[in-house]
Amino acid sequence: MKTGFSVFLAALVAFGASWLGLVYGPLQQLGGAKETTVLQSGDKWPAQRTGAATLGLQVYQGNGCAACHTEQVHQTGAANVISITDLGSHKAADLRDFITSLMVVPELMNCSNAVTGNLAGWNGELPKVLYCGAQDTVVSLLGDKLKAVGVKTEPRVIATGADIARGWGTRQSVAADYLYDSPVPLGSLRAGPDLAAIGVRAPDLNWQLEHLYAPRSVVKDSTMPAFRYLFTVQKVGASPAPDALVLPREFAPADGYEVVPTAEARQLAAYLVSLKNNVPLYEAPFTPITAAK
Amino acid sequence: MNPTENNSICPNVVDASCRVPLLALFGGAALWLVLGLVLGIAAMLSFHKPDLFADCPFLTYGHASAAANDLLLYGFAIPAALGVMLWIFARLSQSPLALPIVPVVAAHLWHVGVLVGTISIFLGNSTGHTWLEYPRGASVLLFAAFMLVAVSCVATMGFRVNRELYPSHWFLFAALLWFGWSYATANLFLIGHHPPRGVVQAVIDWWLTNNLLFVWLALAGVGIAFYLLPKIAGKPLASSGYALFAFLTLVFFGAWVGIPPGAPVPAWLPTVSAFAALLSVGPVVAIAIVTWKTVGGANVSCQGGPFCFIKFGMLSFVVSSLLYLGEFCPHYSCVVGLTWFNAGVTQWQLLGFAGMILCGGIYEILPRVMNRELPFAKLARVNFFLFAGGTLLFVIPLLIGGVEQGWKLSDAAVPFADTGAVALKFLRISTTGQLLVLIGALCLLLNILVMTIQWKLGLVKGAIAAVTAPLTTSEVKS
Repeated sequence: MKTGFSVFLAALVAFGASWLGLVYGPLQQLGGAKETTVLQSGDKWPAQRTGAATLGLQVYQGNGCAACHTEQVHQTGAANVISITDLGSHKAADLRDFITSLMVVPELMNCSNAVTGNLAGWNGELPKVLYCGAQDTVVSLLGDKLKAVGVKTEPRVIATGADIARGWGTRQSVAADYLYDSPVPLGSLRAGPDLAAIGVRAPDLNWQLEHLYAPRSVVKDSTMPAFRYLFTVQKVGASPAPDALVLPREFAPADGYEVVPTAEARQLAAYLVSLKNNVPLYEAPFTPITAAK
Repeated sequence: MNPTENNSICPNVVDASCRVPLLALFGGAALWLVLGLVLGIAAMLSFHKPDLFADCPFLTYGHASAAANDLLLYGFAIPAALGVMLWIFARLSQSPLALPIVPVVAAHLWHVGVLVGTISIFLGNSTGHTWLEYPRGASVLLFAAFMLVAVSCVATMGFRVNRELYPSHWFLFAALLWFGWSYATANLFLIGHHPPRGVVQAVIDWWLTNNLLFVWLALAGVGIAFYLLPKIAGKPLASSGYALFAFLTLVFFGAWVGIPPGAPVPAWLPTVSAFAALLSVGPVVAIAIVTWKTVGGANVSCQGGPFCFIKFGMLSFVVSSLLYLGEFCPHYSCVVGLTWFNAGVTQWQLLGFAGMILCGGIYEILPRVMNRELPFAKLARVNFFLFAGGTLLFVIPLLIGGVEQGWKLSDAAVPFADTGAVALKFLRISTTGQLLVLIGALCLLLNILVMTIQWKLGLVKGAIAAVTAPLTTSEVKS
């Protein structure tokens, strides 16, 4: 490092390598990405948003919602699940005894505690999860044994992890989910819950609007700031506005006034409702409940 | 390793050549620092009282927090670092600043850019990319201003009397190159007319964030410390071999960090980043050793002076960098990944490391370039204790709160509301720390402001004296 040129050269090579690796490389790999296909279906993914929802992403961006909310579901693993869907001609108690007796089979001995634990106190409600774990042999073996006595079962693959258990999504988020997002609001802090599948959890536009106007009117412990500036409080005219919010007494404006969402609020709500990640993809497979029924 | 300044050009001439550009850069930086901290506190109020800004779109959390963070980085850290760098390049070259008018123009362009960007965020025109919220107009101003300062720095470096290069040269020169490159790349791709599709945007944004907050701040801050520490301690920089190792590994490995584990991107990206983060521990340790050896045994009583600032800054660098690199280990990331821990580390890097080193630098340099004592030297010492105590009180609760929040988030049996509630009590302590830092920043602003006013009054008095002075007999004709 004796001359200015050698410093320049070292920095140029180091930074150039980083640029090639973390900017040019991802651009080549993903920059031209196209829609993918949903597993076991011909549907394209992701679906194009409606006009209002596309504008809603801009409202989300402009108000800095991503400062507190992430849109990325993490998954720690996957599990094989088998559940009973139809008892056939058997009674629940008899079936429980039968399954317990199966546990002496060498392949099933490892999971005998789990299965008998799942069955404890079962009085016949369906579907009943028998086993949820890593071993697919257990699932196929239990399925075969129960099929032989006329009991219908359903094997499934599900994603696991804290985010999935919280109900924030059915699988992890993958690159393909963000194809139509610009900017991509992944977020870096979960001061509020993850929103990658808020459209599945809360698909009602009016719920979203009410939640934006007065978060604590629908979620008691919420720490979200109210976004009253996205709404107009106006005098009720000859007849109430058709889109006026229906609010609980303590959150409602004074008598004779009504709360009407602005265009921005409606777009934001449309965007939130459009957020879903509930389809299986090649990179993130799982067995959807609807497909198995 | 620093040059002995005993040759023909008097250091006073070098210092005087930096006066106007440095005042323009430091004055604005101090103002933005105060404003950024005020906005940061305003943002935190939303957590203490969620409906406070329900009818005020400007100060809603998403606006105030983004504006506050950008003011700390673009408003304070970068222009203040550029000011200190200009002076160091001039001192190392033992020559007056080349093109002294250029950085003055650049400083004003920069501050206008920050103003435009901040107003845009308040009006809801943020671009939505973290650390790149300023819209196109503001980014162009910032980029142009940076390039102008860089031209002046490099020209000054080219005029150096002694052709030898010092460790500070490597770090600061690389910092000049890397900001221009990464900032231009990110802006062209993310807020140009044709942004790339999908998640590549997030990858480029993470890349930029790492390059600004980790690599750039390290290059600038360590480069400045490697000049000022030996100068104040009165002995050469220890072990330039370690410094060379630190420089090369920092630029080669540090620039690959940034993609968080578990991100919804192809798996090779976070894996490469995790590996690079592991390798980047090397330069951090090497820098710690060089600093330790240089500072150790120095007989300097600092009592809250610049030496204290820079020592605390280097300690913060080592701790915050290790915490930052740890975030890229998948094992820790699954707990602290999406919590307040991130914010704590970032604030430690910005205030504890960059803020401390730059404040120390400003207090060391200003009296020299202005050729007068600090107007409130005591406040400068108070500033140190407020900054040191305030930063620790600000970030440590965020770190602990983040870990606790992360534990609760990763246990699905804990209701989500509890994860927020546990963070809340830590946020309260943290806001107290923010207030202390703000009072410290006011001391800095006051010192710079009064110094500027005194200097301008001096200029006016000089001009009046020159006009009203009686003519000397030799000039009187007949």
